[in-house]
Amino acid sequence: MIKFGVVMFPGSNCDHDCFYAVQQFFSDQVDFIWHKSTDVHGYDCIVLPGGFSYGDYLRTGAIARFSPVMSEVKKFASAGKPVIGICNGFQILLESGLLPGAMLRNTSLRFICKYVHIKPVNFSTPFSKGLKKNEAIHIPVAHGEGNYYIDDEGLKKLQKNNQIVFQYCNERGIVSDDFNPNGSVANIAGICNEAGNVLGMMPHPERCCDPMLGSSDGKRIFESLLQSLNQRQTV
Amino acid sequence: MDFKVTIVVTLKPSVLDPQGTTVTEALHHMGYNNVSDVRMGKFMEVSVQASSEKAAEQQAHEICKKLLVNPVIETYRLTIKPAQEAAV
Repeated sequence: MIKFGVVMFPGSNCDHDCFYAVQQFFSDQVDFIWHKSTDVHGYDCIVLPGGFSYGDYLRTGAIARFSPVMSEVKKFASAGKPVIGICNGFQILLESGLLPGAMLRNTSLRFICKYVHIKPVNFSTPFSKGLKKNEAIHIPVAHGEGNYYIDDEGLKKLQKNNQIVFQYCNERGIVSDDFNPNGSVANIAGICNEAGNVLGMMPHPERCCDPMLGSSDGKRIFESLLQSLNQRQTV
Repeated sequence: MDFKVTIVVTLKPSVLDPQGTTVTEALHHMGYNNVSDVRMGKFMEVSVQASSEKAAEQQAHEICKKLLVNPVIETYRLTIKPAQEAAV
């Protein structure tokens, strides 16, 4: 059985959603990990959930990165184990240097809370291996600072290393400025590290696993992850 | 000795500032058509105890780089004064 750990920072508010989605659909083995914990032993995947860790004070994710658990998360990640940061979790991964770039305020001048479409463009990460080319995943976003920024040189590096995992698109999978909700460079909705085991994404897959909530497309990302982890365990 | 450090953090000139752009537009709507390029930033005051002004300054730069500023998008400048002088 694949064991998940969902980190709780003060101010996290999607921790229970992540816990629910995992427990309901993917694994009986899921724990909350308090941010002061320094023990992440025994987990197969760590989830950094969305919310407003430390009230978004200073910068989003800037203070959470110094939580005691984060040095363990870094070790976990450098051992090649999967880490997924969703929304504020993505912001924490950026601030901690596990992923490159930074977040700016949305260009649209508002907190965006709606369903969008994203297109997988990298099929080599455990999170996206099971996804199909040209599929448009219907998934909600909810953020005020999801405007992903990286300088030109950094963007080239991301492209060269195939680190862009998801891009905002329309329902037919067409990526263009018209379907960019927040102003992100290159319509970026999610990126991974060079090794591919750390994923950060602004949209919320955990909010669209239960079909009762309007879409179950988010399941596809978790299913891909489970499939990869199960394969790894049997090898 | 006690020192007072004041730090101004701004977005790098190359980084678009949606907040600043919005404020600029609001000012234009108010009729201030001669103003432009509003850039939003942060102002911070920090008290530092150190053996010398140089040591305090060094530490101030260190905390800026480690926490107060994100070098990917932001830049900063700081000034430092003995606390007594700063209070006047």
